[in-house]
Amino acid sequence: MEAVASMAFQVPDMTPALPEIFVLTMACIILVVDVFLPERRRALTYLLSLATLAGAGILTLALHEAEPRVTFGGSFVADTMADVLKVFIYLVVATVFVYSRRYLAERGLFRGEFFTLGLFAVLGMMVMVSARSLLTLYLGLELLSLSLYAMVALQRDSARAAEAAMKYFVLGALASGILLYGMSVLYGVAGTLDLAELGAQLSGPAARDPALVYATVFVLVGLGFKLGAVPFHMWVPDIYHGSATAVTVFIGTAPKMAGFALLIRLLAEGMQGLHVHWGQLLIVLAVLSMAVGNVVAIAQRNLKRMLAYSAIAHAGYLLLGIVTGSAEGYAASMFYVIVYAIMSLGAFGMILLLSRQGFEADHLEDFKGLNERSPWLAFIMAVLMFSMAGIPPFLGFWAKFTVLQAVVRAELVWLAVVGVVFAIVGAYYYLRVVKLMYFDRPQGSAPLPAGGEARFLVSVNGLAVLLLGIYPTGLMALCAGSFAAGG
Amino acid sequence: MNALPLLSLVIWVPIAGGVAVLAAGRRDALARWLALGFAAATLLLSLPLYTGFDPAVRGMQFVEDHAWIEAFNIRYHLGVDGISMLLILLTTYSTLLVVVAGWDSVRYRVSQYMGAFLIMEGLMIGVFAALDAALFYVFWEAMLIPMFLIIGIWGGERRVYSAIKFFLYTFLGSVFLLVAILYLYFQSDSFEILDYHRLALTQTEQILLFFAFLLAFAVKVPMWPVHTWLPDAHVEAPTGGSVILAAIMLKLGAYGFVRFLLPIVPDAASQLDWVVIALSLIAIVYIALVALVQEDMKKLIAYSSIAHMGFATLGFFLVFSIFERTGSLEGAALGFEGAVVQLISHGFISGALFLCVGVLYDRLHTRRIADYGGIAKPMPIFATLLVLFAMGNVGLPGTSGFVGEFMVVLSAFRADFWIAFVAATTLVLGAAYTLWLVKRVVFGTAPSERVARLPDVNLREGMVLGSLAVLVLLVGVWPDPVVDVLHGSVENLLQHVVRSKLPGA
Repeated sequence: MEAVASMAFQVPDMTPALPEIFVLTMACIILVVDVFLPERRRALTYLLSLATLAGAGILTLALHEAEPRVTFGGSFVADTMADVLKVFIYLVVATVFVYSRRYLAERGLFRGEFFTLGLFAVLGMMVMVSARSLLTLYLGLELLSLSLYAMVALQRDSARAAEAAMKYFVLGALASGILLYGMSVLYGVAGTLDLAELGAQLSGPAARDPALVYATVFVLVGLGFKLGAVPFHMWVPDIYHGSATAVTVFIGTAPKMAGFALLIRLLAEGMQGLHVHWGQLLIVLAVLSMAVGNVVAIAQRNLKRMLAYSAIAHAGYLLLGIVTGSAEGYAASMFYVIVYAIMSLGAFGMILLLSRQGFEADHLEDFKGLNERSPWLAFIMAVLMFSMAGIPPFLGFWAKFTVLQAVVRAELVWLAVVGVVFAIVGAYYYLRVVKLMYFDRPQGSAPLPAGGEARFLVSVNGLAVLLLGIYPTGLMALCAGSFAAGG
Repeated sequence: MNALPLLSLVIWVPIAGGVAVLAAGRRDALARWLALGFAAATLLLSLPLYTGFDPAVRGMQFVEDHAWIEAFNIRYHLGVDGISMLLILLTTYSTLLVVVAGWDSVRYRVSQYMGAFLIMEGLMIGVFAALDAALFYVFWEAMLIPMFLIIGIWGGERRVYSAIKFFLYTFLGSVFLLVAILYLYFQSDSFEILDYHRLALTQTEQILLFFAFLLAFAVKVPMWPVHTWLPDAHVEAPTGGSVILAAIMLKLGAYGFVRFLLPIVPDAASQLDWVVIALSLIAIVYIALVALVQEDMKKLIAYSSIAHMGFATLGFFLVFSIFERTGSLEGAALGFEGAVVQLISHGFISGALFLCVGVLYDRLHTRRIADYGGIAKPMPIFATLLVLFAMGNVGLPGTSGFVGEFMVVLSAFRADFWIAFVAATTLVLGAAYTLWLVKRVVFGTAPSERVARLPDVNLREGMVLGSLAVLVLLVGVWPDPVVDVLHGSVENLLQHVVRSKLPGA
C-alpha cells in the first residue's frame, strides 16, 4: 500500500508533446468530418490535413527550446533533433499530399482514408523521433507501420497493391517481432526501458554481458528490415512497385527520416556503449547495401523499382555516418537523410506529375524525349538525378560529402573508397534517365498534364536541390546543432 | 588591389549568360546574339587579368576570399598565378570561338547549345581560379554535366555511348580526388589548397595520395592507358564540344598536376616520377603510331592531342631528375615553363584543327579522310590555314608548337639523354601523321565532283581560323608575353615541389 502511495499520480507536463496531441486530435476530427462530407466536398479533408500539418509545424517551432524537454516519466523528449526532423516530416508529407491530389482523384483514391492514415503515420513518426524509452520507440514504429500497411492496401481492386500490402505486412511484422525480441533482451540485461539509463548502464561493466551481443544482432536485423538495408531489403522493390505511386512517395520519403531517428535513439543513445559490436555489423550492412542497391538498380526498367534500389543504396550511405559512432557522423547522416527525402520527394513527384488518367509514367521509357516536350520539367528531373548521383553543385553531393568526410575522420578511408566506387556504379543509372530525357526523341505526342500547383511545387523542389546545393550552410548547421550538445 | 571582383565576374557572367540564353527558348537568333554578347563580355572582362597581372609577385593575385560553408571551413577563395591566368584567357577566348563557330552549323536547340557552353565556360574558369579544394572539386565535377549533355545531344551516331563513357570515366577519376581532398582535410582541418602545400605527410600517405591524384588527373589529361574515352568523346562530340574538350578540358588534368600533385606530395612524386615519365613517353610514341593509322580526321587529331599532352606531363615530372642532377631550379623551370607553353599552344592548335574539321564536316558531312582530297584547289584560303595549323602541330619553328616542345626536349637532355631521345621522336612521328593527313586531304586529286566544288571558308569561319593563326604565329615568333608571366609563378611553385614534405624534414 505504501508503494502505491509513493507512486501517486502526477499529471505530466504536456507542453513538449503538444504537436503530437494536436495531430492526434485533428486526425480524429478529420476522420469524423470526412464521414459526413459529400463526395464533391472531399477537398475539405485535403485542406484540413494540410492545415493540420501547418498547425503542427507552427506548434513545433513555437515550442522549440535549445534545451531538451523530457516528460511522461522520461519516456518522451523534445530536443533539437526531434524538432528539426518533425518540421521536415510535416513539410515532406504536406508536399506529398499536394503532389498526390490529382493522381488520387483520377484513380478514385481521393478518399479521406488516405489523409487520415497519412496523419496517423505522421503521428507515429513524431512519436518515434521523440521517443526516449524502448516502449515509446516501438509504439511510434508500430503506429507508423500499421498506417503504411493500410495505405498500401488502399488500392483494393489492384492485385499488385494487395500483394504488396500483404508482403509489407508480413515482413514488417516479422521485423517488428525481431526488433522487439532484441529490445526485450536489452531490458533483461539492463533492467530498464529508459534509453538514457540504458545508455548509462551499457557504458559500464554491464556492457560485457555476452547476451548483449545477442541482443545487438536482433536489434540490427530488425532495424535492417525497417531501413531496407541489404540483406534485409527484398521487400523494398516490391512494395515501391506495387503501391499506388502516391503511396510509394509517402513510404519513400518521410519514414526514412523517422527510421534515422530510430537508429539514433536506439543505437546512439541507448547502445552507444556497444558501438564496437554494432559498428562492425553496420559496416557490413552499409557496404552490401551500397553494392547491391547500386548494381541491381542498373537492371531495372521501371522507374519506381529503380528508385527502390536507389533507396537501398542510399540507406547504405546513410549508415556510413552512423558507423562512425561520432556526433559528427550522426549529424552527417541526419543531413543525408533529410537531403535524400527532399530528392526522392522530387523524383516521385515527377512521376506523379507526368501520370495521367489510366497511364502511369513509371517506366523509364515514359521519360524519353522529355526535353522536347517540356524543357523545364526535364531540367528539374535532370537536377534531381544528378543530385541523387552525388554530382556537385547539387544538394546530393554535399550529403555524400558530409558522410564521407565523417568516415575519413573515423580513419575508415577504405570505407570511403568503397562508397565512392559504388557511387560511380550508381551514377550510371541516374545518367540513363538523363539520357532518355535529353538524347532520345519522344515516343508519343500525348500532351503533358497541366499540373497546376503540383507542377509549381515540383519546380520549387528541384530548385531547392540546386540552390541549397550552392549554399548548404544553413541545413548543415541545423543538423550539426542537433548533435552539438550530445543529443 | 582591384576594386572589381574580376575573377568572380569571369566565372559568374558566363553562367548568368548561360541561364539567360537558355531562357531564350526557341528564339534561335536571340539565343545566338545573347551568347555572342556574353562570350565577348567575358573575354573583355578577362583581359584585365593579363594587363593587371604583376609578374613580380610570387603568390596569388586577384584574390577573393569569403566564408562559404562554415561547418567545414570551406571558403569561396579565388586567386590566380601566371599559369592559371593564361589558362583562363585561353578559356574565354576559346568559348567565344566556339559560339561563333556554331553560329550556323547548329540548328537543333540552339539556346541549349549556347547556354551549355557558356555555363561550362564559367565552371572551367572556376576550376582554374579556385584556391579552396572543395570549391575546386565542385567546379571540377559540375563541368561534366554540360559536356555530357553537349556530346549526348548534338553528337554523332554513337553519341549516347560516348557521352556516358566520357562521364563515367572522368567521374571515376575524380571521386578519388574527393577522397584525397577529404583525407587532406582530416589531416589539416582546412580546405585551402595553399595550406596543403605546407602540410607534412609521411611517405606512405604521400604515395597513396599520389595514386589518388594520378588517377584523377591522368584520366582527364588523358594519359595512356586511361585515354580511351577521349577518341570516342571527340569523334562523337559536335565541333564546339571537341574544341572545348581539346583546348581546355585536357588542360584541367595537367593543371591538377601542377596545383595538387606536385606541390602536395613531392616526395612521393620524386620517388615515382618514373611512372609518369614512362606513361608520358608511351603516349608520345605509341599514341603517335596509333594516330598514324586513323581513317577518321577527328580521331587522328584526338590521338595527336594525347601525344601532345604527353609532352606537357613529361615536362612537369622531369623537374625531379633535373633538380637531382643539376641542383638548380633554373633547368627544371625551363621544362616546366615549356610544358605550360605547350598547354597554351596545344589549346590554339588542337582547337584550330578541330574547327578545320568542323568546316569540312559542315560541307560534306563526313569525317573520313578518304572522302577528301585536293581541296587546295577549291578552298585555297582554308588549305593555307590548315597547312599552317598542321605545321604548328608538327612543332615547326616559328609556330607556337615549337616553343613548348623545344623547351621540354631541351630540358629533358639535362635529365636523361634517352628520355630526350624518345621524346624527340615525336618531331618525326608527329610530322608523319600530320603531314600525311595534310597530303591526303589538301593535295592530290578530288575523289568526287562535290569535293572539287567545295566552297571556300566564309567570312565567319575565316575570322575564327584567322585569329587562331595569328596567335599561333605570334606565340611562335615572340613567346615572351606568355613566358614572362610564368617565371615568377613557376619558380614559386617549384620551391614547394623541391622541398620535402616529410614530417620533421
